[in-house]
Amino acid sequence: MRGITKAFPGVRALDDVDFTLHAGEVHALLGENGAGKSTLIKILTGALERDSGEIRLDGTSVDFQSTGEAQSHGVSTVYQEVNLIPAMSVTKNLALGPSEGWPGVISWRKARARARAKLARLNLDIDIEQPVGSYSVAVQQLVAIAHALDNETSVLVLDEPTASLDAQETATLFDIVRDLKQRGMAVVFITHFLDQVYEISDRISVLRNGGLVGSAMASDVSRKDLISMMIGRELGEVEAAYSGKASPQTGKEKLVAKGVGRRRTLKPFDLTLRAGEVVGLAGLLGSGRTELTKLVFGAIRADSGSLKVNGKEAGSHSPRRSLAAGIAFCPEDRKAEGLVGELSIRENIMLSIQSKQGWLRRLPRGQQEQIAAEMIKALAIATPDAEKPVRQLSGGNQQKVVLARALASRPDILLLDEPTRGIDVGAHAEIITLIRKLCSEGLALLVASSELDEVVAASDRVAVLRDREKIGEIVGGEIRRDNIIRVIAGDDDRQH
Amino acid sequence: MNRKYLPLAATIVVFIALFLVGGAMYKNFLSTLVLGNILADNAFIIIAAIGATFVILSGGIDLSIGSMIGFVGVCMAVLDRMGWHPLAAAALMICFGIAYGAMQGFVIDFCDIQPFIVTLAGLFLLRGACFMVTLDSVPIRHDFVDLYASARIPLPGRGVLRSSAIVMLASLALAIFIAHFTRFGTNVYAIGGDKESARLMGVNIRRTTVGVYATGGFFSALAGVVYALYTSSGYPLAGSTLELSAIAAVVLGGTLLTGGVGMVAGTLFGGMILGLISTLIIFHGSLNSAWIMISSGVLLFAFIVLHRFLVSSFNLRGTS
Amino acid sequence: MQSRAIWPLLALVLILIVAGLISPGFYEIRIVEGRLFGNLIDILYRAVPTALVALGMAVVIGTKGIDLSVGSIIAIVGAVIVWRIKMGDPHVAILFIALGAGILCGMWNGFLVAALGIQPIIATLILMVSGRGVGLLINQLYGGTDPSFESAFLQGLSTGSIWYIPTRLVLAAGIFAALWLLIRRTALGLFIEAVGGNAAASNLAGVNARLIVFFAYVLCGLLAAWAGIIMTADTHTSDPVSVGLYIELDAILAVVIGGGSLAGGRIYLGMTVIGALVIQSLTTATLISGLPPEYNLIIKALVVLTVLFLQSANARRAIHRLVYRRAS
Repeated sequence: MRGITKAFPGVRALDDVDFTLHAGEVHALLGENGAGKSTLIKILTGALERDSGEIRLDGTSVDFQSTGEAQSHGVSTVYQEVNLIPAMSVTKNLALGPSEGWPGVISWRKARARARAKLARLNLDIDIEQPVGSYSVAVQQLVAIAHALDNETSVLVLDEPTASLDAQETATLFDIVRDLKQRGMAVVFITHFLDQVYEISDRISVLRNGGLVGSAMASDVSRKDLISMMIGRELGEVEAAYSGKASPQTGKEKLVAKGVGRRRTLKPFDLTLRAGEVVGLAGLLGSGRTELTKLVFGAIRADSGSLKVNGKEAGSHSPRRSLAAGIAFCPEDRKAEGLVGELSIRENIMLSIQSKQGWLRRLPRGQQEQIAAEMIKALAIATPDAEKPVRQLSGGNQQKVVLARALASRPDILLLDEPTRGIDVGAHAEIITLIRKLCSEGLALLVASSELDEVVAASDRVAVLRDREKIGEIVGGEIRRDNIIRVIAGDDDRQH
Repeated sequence: MNRKYLPLAATIVVFIALFLVGGAMYKNFLSTLVLGNILADNAFIIIAAIGATFVILSGGIDLSIGSMIGFVGVCMAVLDRMGWHPLAAAALMICFGIAYGAMQGFVIDFCDIQPFIVTLAGLFLLRGACFMVTLDSVPIRHDFVDLYASARIPLPGRGVLRSSAIVMLASLALAIFIAHFTRFGTNVYAIGGDKESARLMGVNIRRTTVGVYATGGFFSALAGVVYALYTSSGYPLAGSTLELSAIAAVVLGGTLLTGGVGMVAGTLFGGMILGLISTLIIFHGSLNSAWIMISSGVLLFAFIVLHRFLVSSFNLRGTS
Repeated sequence: MQSRAIWPLLALVLILIVAGLISPGFYEIRIVEGRLFGNLIDILYRAVPTALVALGMAVVIGTKGIDLSVGSIIAIVGAVIVWRIKMGDPHVAILFIALGAGILCGMWNGFLVAALGIQPIIATLILMVSGRGVGLLINQLYGGTDPSFESAFLQGLSTGSIWYIPTRLVLAAGIFAALWLLIRRTALGLFIEAVGGNAAASNLAGVNARLIVFFAYVLCGLLAAWAGIIMTADTHTSDPVSVGLYIELDAILAVVIGGGSLAGGRIYLGMTVIGALVIQSLTTATLISGLPPEYNLIIKALVVLTVLFLQSANARRAIHRLVYRRAS
C-alpha cells in the first residue's frame, strides 16, 4: 500500500501512509485509538474507499469495492468486534458468504462437512449445530477466523484478536497463526498488548494520528522505544504552556474514592482529587483509563467501595446525581456518548446546565445565547454562530463543545477522558492551556489521556494504570516521560 | 434442547392447551372436523403470515399484506368477469405480487427508508387500486370455483382437509424449504441477526432485501388468491387490517420482531392459535369479537415479554 | 426553519390552487346559522382530529419512538364517554374521565417502552391489537345495545361554534399553543430532542432519558384522547371497531410530510399541523373533484413516496447523475 490517504469530515484519518506486507510474515500494526489502524485495514479489505494512493497485490494494482471482492482475491479479515451472526449455528455462519450461486439450494450435509474441515484446520472441535452466541468469545474468534480462511486466502488481517482472550486461548491462537505463516500466508496482526507483539510478529509498524511513525523488524526495536513511538509526541506549544507544577497535596479534598471498582471492569482503586490540582491518568489502551473515569462519574455502576464528594457520601451513583453534586464529565467517544449531532452548539452546551435546573425552569433564550457566546469565546470554538448543528463542526471544535457543556454546569470536579483525541496541534495546545487555567481557578481535574506528553504537561499528579488495575502514582517533579514509561512497562522491563 | 426452539415449544404448548380447554368445555370440539375447519378458515391468514415471517426474520415489516389480499381478490373477480380462467388470473396476480414486493424491497434498500413507511405507502396504494378496479363486491362464477370448494382429502374421524388448507400446507412446505435449505434463506436470517456483520461476511444485502420483500409479495398474493377462491368473490375492502393478524401470528409463532430468530413452522401454530381463539369464542356463543382482540393482545404481550426475557437471559444478540 | 418549511407549504398551496381550478367556488366563505362555512373552513375543521393525534405522534417520534395505538386509544375513549353518560355522570366530569383514560393508555405504552425496553413499534402494537376489543368490552358494561347519546356540552366542544368560529378550531388552537409552550418554553423540548438524537449522550449529560420517553407516550395518549372526544361527540355514538381506523398512519404521515424523521431527534409542531392540513386538503380536493373518495389513498401514497424519494441521498444522487448525463 502506497501513499494511502483518507479524510472523514473534520478529521484526516490517514495521511500518506505506506504499508508493505511480505508473504510468510506476521506484521504487527500498532497505535492508539484513532491512530488510523482500523481505517487502514478497512481500506485494505474494501470496506472503505480510499481518497488517494495505491494498493498492489502480488504486483498488480487492485481496487476492491466490497469485502466480498477482497475476500475472493484472497484478502480476508477478522474484525475487532467478532462479526458473526450470534443467533445462527456455527455451520450456517460458516456457510455465509458471497462465493456461491444465488439463491442456491444448500446441502447441509456438505456444508457441515465443509465446516468441520475448516474448523479442523484450526484444531477446533465443537458442536457445529449450536448457535455461535452460545460459545465463549475465544471460540467465536476462532470461528470467525475459520470463516475468513479459505483455500485461496493469502492475506489474513486479525484486528485485535486477543482483546478478550485469556493466556491459554491466546497461546492456541498464536499456534494457529504460526502454522498459517509456515504455509506462506501473510498475517496482519493489530493489537495493543506489547508482549504479544514480541511473541508473534516478525515486523512492526506504528501509526499515530493518521501517519506512519515507523516500521522495523521486531528484533530491532526495544519495548521502551515502541511505547514512546506509540504515545510520545513532541509538542513545542505544550511545553510552553506548561508553567511548573502547583505545590501538590495542599488543596481541599474534593473527591475521595476508596476501593471503588467493578468486577471484570476495573480492580478496586483509591483516588483523591483536590481543588486546584490536575491528576493525570496514564496507561496503554485497554488499561482501564476510561473505565476509571466512568466509575467516578457513575456512568458505570461500581460494585464495591465508597465515594465521597465534597465530604459527603455519594450513595447510589448516577450521572444525574454526579452532576448535581458538582461533577462534570467529558466522554472519550464524542460521537456516541458526547454530542447530539442534530442539535445546535447552543443546545448541546445547555443540556447539562438545564438538566441540573430541571425541565420546568428553562433558561431564557437570551441567557442561553449569552452562555453559549461566552463559552464559544472562552474556548475559541470556530463557528459563525451558536445555532450551527454540532455534527457540522470539526473534531477539535466538537470536543470543545463537549467541554463547554461540562464547564457551563459550573462543576467543582471535572473528569476529562481523552480531551485531545483527534485534534490538531493548535487546538491541542489551547486545550492544555485551558486545563491548567481551570485548575488554577480551583477546579479539581482528572484527565485520562493516551498522549503521554499531554499527561506530563498537564498533571500535578499521575495515576498509572495497567491491565485494568491502578498500579501507582507519580507526584510532582518525578512526572517525566521516562518515569511513566518505566512504570507502565513495569516488571516485564526487567526481563528484557 | 437447543434454546432457539424454546419460543416455538411455548407456541405449541399454548396451542395444545387451548385445544384441550376447548375439548373440556364443549363436546365434539376435540375432533379432526374442528381442526380441519380451523385450517381451512385461517388458511389465507397463515399463508400471508408465512410471507410476513420472512420479512420479519430479515428485520423488516410489511404493512401492505391486507391491501395486497384485497387487490388480488378484486382483480381475480374482474378478470373472471372478462372470461379468464381463475388459474391464469392467479398466475398473473402472483407475478404481480412478486414484482410489487421486489419493488418495495428495492426502494427500502436503495433509498434507505424505513420498511414501515414504504410498506405503509404500499398499503394505501394497493387499497386505492382496489377501488380503481371496482367499488362493488364482484362474484367469481367460473366452474373451477365449485371444483375448488368441493375438493377435499378426508382425515381420520369426520374431518376433511379442504383445498385452502392443502394450498396452505403446500406453501408452508415451500417456505420451510426456502428458509432452511437455500442460501437465500440463510442470508435472510443473517441480515436479520446482524446486518452489519452480514455485510462484512460478504452477504449481498440489496439482493437479499429485494428477495425478502418479493417473497413476502408472493405469499400475500397467494393468500389473496386463496381468499378469493374461498369466498368466491372479490371485494375492495377485503383483507383490511389483516396485516395486523399476520404480524400477530408471526409473533405468536415465536419469531422475534427484531429479526434473525424464529421459524417458519412456528407461524403455522401462531395462526392456528388465533383461529382457535375465535373458534372457541364462537362456540361459547355469548362472548363476542371483543374477546378475540383482547385475548390476542394479552397473548401478544405475554409472548413479547417472554421473548424479551429469553433474549436478555440467553444473550443471543450481541456477544460483548 | 426556512428552507425546510417551504416544501410542505408549497404542496399545500399547490393542492389548494388545483382545487380552486377544479371547483370555482372553492375559496368562498359564508356565514350560515352564526357559523363560518366553506371549503377552507371545512379543511381546517376536519383536519383537527388528525392534527391533534399527529402532534402527539410528533413528540413520540421526536424521542425516536412511534405510537401505533392512537386509533385504539380513540376507540377506548369513545367507549368510556358513552359508558359514563349512560351511568349518569356529569358531562364535565366525563370530559376529564375520558382524558384520564387516554393518559392511562399512554402510561401503559410508556411503561412498555421506557421501563421494559421493548421496541416502540412492538410495544404499541399490543394496545393497537387489543384496544378496540377493550372498547367493545366497555360498551358491554351498559348492555351495549344502543351506544348513541346526546350531550349538549360534549357536542358543543366538537361541533359548536364561538363567534362564528367552530369551537373545535378554537380549542385546537388553544391546545396547540399550550403544547408549544410546554415543548418550547420549558426545557422539555430540548430534552426530548436530545434523547431522540442520542440517548446515551443525553444520559451522560444528566437527562433522565427513560422518564422523558415515558412522558412522551403519556402526552401522545392525552392528545389522542382529545381527538377521541371530538370524534365521538361528532358522531354521537361509540363505534370501537371502526372509529379512527388508520388514523395512526395519517398521523405518522403528517409528521413525515412536516419534515420529521422517524430516526427521531427533532420536533416540528407547526410543520406537523401543516402536514395534517396537506393530508386533509388532498382528501377534500379529491372529493370535490368528483373522483371517488377512495382515490385519495393512491394520491396520498404517491405524495408520500415522492417526498421520501426526494429526501433520500441515494435517490438524489441517482437523479443528479441522470440530469448531469443528459446535460452533457
